[in-house]
Amino acid sequence: MTPNQSLFFHKFGITPGDLERYLGEALTAGGEYADLYFEYLTSTSISVDESLVKSATQGISAGCGVRVVAGERTGYAYTDDLAPDKILRAARTAALIASGPSQQPVQNLKESAAHQLYQVSSPAADADVAAKLELVMRADRAARAYDSRIIQVQCGYADEVRQILVAGSDGTFATDVQPLARFSLIAIAKSGDNLARGQAGGGGRVAIDFFQSEKTPEYFAQEAARQAIIQLDAREAPAGEMEVVLGPGWPGILLHEAIGHGLEADFNRKGTSAFTGLIGKRVASEKCTVVDNGTLPSRRGSINVDDEGSPTQNTVLIEKGILKGYLSDKLSSKLMKMADTGNGRRESYEHIPMPRMTNTYMLAGEDSPEDIIRSVKRGVFAVNFGGGQVDITNGKFVFSTSEAYMIEDGKVTAPLKNCSLIGNGPIALTQVSMVGNDLQLDEGIGTCGKDGQQVPVGVGIPTLKLDRMTVGGTAR
Amino acid sequence: MAANTEIAAVTETDLRDIATDVVARAMKSGATAAESIAREGTEFSTLVRLGQVETLKEAGSRGLGLRVFLGRRAASTYSSDFTREGINRLVQGALELAKVTSEDPCAGLPEREHLGAISGDLELYYDDVYSLPPEARIDYARRAERAALESDPRLTNSEGGSFDASTGHKVLANSLGFVGESRSSYCSVAAIPVAQAENGVMQRDYWFSVARTLRKLESPESVGKEAARRTLRRLGARKVASTQVPVVLDPLMASSILDNIFDAVNGNAIYRHASFLAGKLGEKIAGGSVTLIDDGIMPGGFGTSPFDGEGVPSRRTLVIENGVLKSYLLNTYAARKLGLKTTGNASRGLTGNPGIGSGNFFLQPGSRTPQQIIGEIKNGFYVTEFLGFGVNLVTGDFSRGASGLWIENGELTFPVEEVTVAGNLKDMLNNISEIGNDLEFRGSTASPTLRLDGMTIAGE
Repeated sequence: MTPNQSLFFHKFGITPGDLERYLGEALTAGGEYADLYFEYLTSTSISVDESLVKSATQGISAGCGVRVVAGERTGYAYTDDLAPDKILRAARTAALIASGPSQQPVQNLKESAAHQLYQVSSPAADADVAAKLELVMRADRAARAYDSRIIQVQCGYADEVRQILVAGSDGTFATDVQPLARFSLIAIAKSGDNLARGQAGGGGRVAIDFFQSEKTPEYFAQEAARQAIIQLDAREAPAGEMEVVLGPGWPGILLHEAIGHGLEADFNRKGTSAFTGLIGKRVASEKCTVVDNGTLPSRRGSINVDDEGSPTQNTVLIEKGILKGYLSDKLSSKLMKMADTGNGRRESYEHIPMPRMTNTYMLAGEDSPEDIIRSVKRGVFAVNFGGGQVDITNGKFVFSTSEAYMIEDGKVTAPLKNCSLIGNGPIALTQVSMVGNDLQLDEGIGTCGKDGQQVPVGVGIPTLKLDRMTVGGTAR
Repeated sequence: MAANTEIAAVTETDLRDIATDVVARAMKSGATAAESIAREGTEFSTLVRLGQVETLKEAGSRGLGLRVFLGRRAASTYSSDFTREGINRLVQGALELAKVTSEDPCAGLPEREHLGAISGDLELYYDDVYSLPPEARIDYARRAERAALESDPRLTNSEGGSFDASTGHKVLANSLGFVGESRSSYCSVAAIPVAQAENGVMQRDYWFSVARTLRKLESPESVGKEAARRTLRRLGARKVASTQVPVVLDPLMASSILDNIFDAVNGNAIYRHASFLAGKLGEKIAGGSVTLIDDGIMPGGFGTSPFDGEGVPSRRTLVIENGVLKSYLLNTYAARKLGLKTTGNASRGLTGNPGIGSGNFFLQPGSRTPQQIIGEIKNGFYVTEFLGFGVNLVTGDFSRGASGLWIENGELTFPVEEVTVAGNLKDMLNNISEIGNDLEFRGSTASPTLRLDGMTIAGE
């Protein structure tokens, strides 16, 4: 797409000449690099609660963020008014991070090579609201039909289309139209005085037909209801170090917390990550190869170009247990003299981009999932998780189960109450002794928070066995 | 930096006219009831790392939200487009959506007689948060970091010192004639130093001060020194063996437990049976010394507001009194569902149905100092950080990562990390055996130091 084909030209009259003028203004105080990030976001959400559609929402937000870089310094300003005087004012504000005469000319804008990872011909946000409503109502019915003990169902469908335009003083020019849709569902089960919760959801950079054909409302509804019913019989989880088996898919949040954040280049540039200086060193068992791949078609964490206009990549983080690389954006790659991996992302035009994950997963191994379970004498089999968190400086991370079972003498036995698993990033993966042949990516529901910025991400693992991990239950 | 006058120019829009105009247009277009919120804000932030400015950010923004009703059907829209065309789209979009949502007998604006606002100065807005020249703001951040790093040679690195300032201005209007306006301001200073032990292992921690006026902001030096103290005491942390011992929560971690309790008394969770406190009104749910208050009108408070997100006056609500659950926290919708009266706790963003938010939510302090509480414990765990989100409000199950200091013979001894603390919130409320005298607001939720018995610590 050339500048003249973008929405920002048609709707707001922003021409290539304007872009160069704004960038020139941003560099007037001597900045070395400047970029503009235009964003136009439309979103819809519908939710059903107690079998009623209590809320339907639509919204539009638009704006432009101007960044100026001078050495390690970043100046940033944004405006939600795309009138030329407002953008120029933002450019002048950001410019003042530098102090001196203008030094860098603005290069001719040249369009970045980009992937075509998602369909944008009929973005989900344009589909009929009634069709979305039908989806959430179907989910509500299916969850309640699953079992008479399901007493509450809350279901939401949310989609958006984000149109972006990035122009940089180094000649970077990129546009993208990024659809994103997500279905989510919570079911509550009651038996006597006993209550339990199950949750499910998914989606990706897809349109509404994904939920009509590939992953239906019934699929998510039955999954949430199944979990809630199972949790009714959950018993206390054990406390202490033991063998842990992680099921395939979403439990890949282990990678996101244990190593992913610690490998973001900004922390390593500043020397504040527990992984600082470990490139080339062993940080996992030789069975582990981990990548961050922003180029998977239609995945929630995928993008054609990152929010700095660079094409996304498939980056090897750990190869056979050896740490290979970091996830970088423009600033860190320049300061660290390493390649930009296309991981510069931001929540919106109001935010400064920084290195972020896309889809982070471990490649499949050779063990069968059955053999992995059979090898455990006494341990925990965790198949679903809520959220997780990491302290990147000391490497300690946690993630909390939403569905887990005991393994006793090689057999999966009782369901366990929710509990946290805790470990130490640079060591956790050295405990991986078996890697399944069943790699799965998650359903497409993850959102990652860093410095207050939320971005959609994906994770995945095959079934994994860790010989030792601390399980945070209450049973003695 | 941009001159302050440039930012001020953005906020001259007459929000009051816009909000009331949107409501009038929605009614004219066929809504049976409507409510609009118009907001403007400014933000400034700077981060100084190792003495050098790393980021400077300054901007103003605004937004408009509309909720309409067609009888008992509701829908909402939002936009940052304040033009006539933008407002038309906002109104038409909301009315179109409201045709497809469900009839809900409890939907609707509050009863007219419930509407209103607290009058008088609630001390929420001070324009001095923007009074400092740019260099002085950067200096706040620089001084906080410097004070931290100069405290000890083991503090070798830093995630920086920061200074933030923001102001907000909003008008809420509805078709019952309510128009409420409020302004707020914040400023904060923080430091995040990194310390390195002899074995190379690093630790970081942070400290901060937040206030509505610069005059009440703690000095950057005191913030930096406290950040240094908190970071240094983590050096050499280790795991302990799994055990059950008394747990003492420092005030910030204790207030995170109050956040969980807030979620459990949130009327939206109650009517959905999604809280372990559903159906417990009037019952004893906590130790006799536990009195929990939600105060939305405390002057200068971070959770203070003249009116809630639906135009109902904020108020003080006794949530737990001497261990007995006295009230849930409600907006109009949850109150109707439960056959109760709203407690003025509606929260509203730009979009969607109102949620429920706290005012200043705090535990009444006891009489003993944290030192006295710790001094009585032979063997215990003083928690200074929780990690992760392992709280299930439906069941009350609680399991989070933790770090802190081990208590031996009444003294804080070695640092501990990579353990979990687990229990059930139902039991935890009953097992609060000590409440400190050190209540201090660093946010809208605040707690004194707490001692909890019966928690399980999982480690080696």
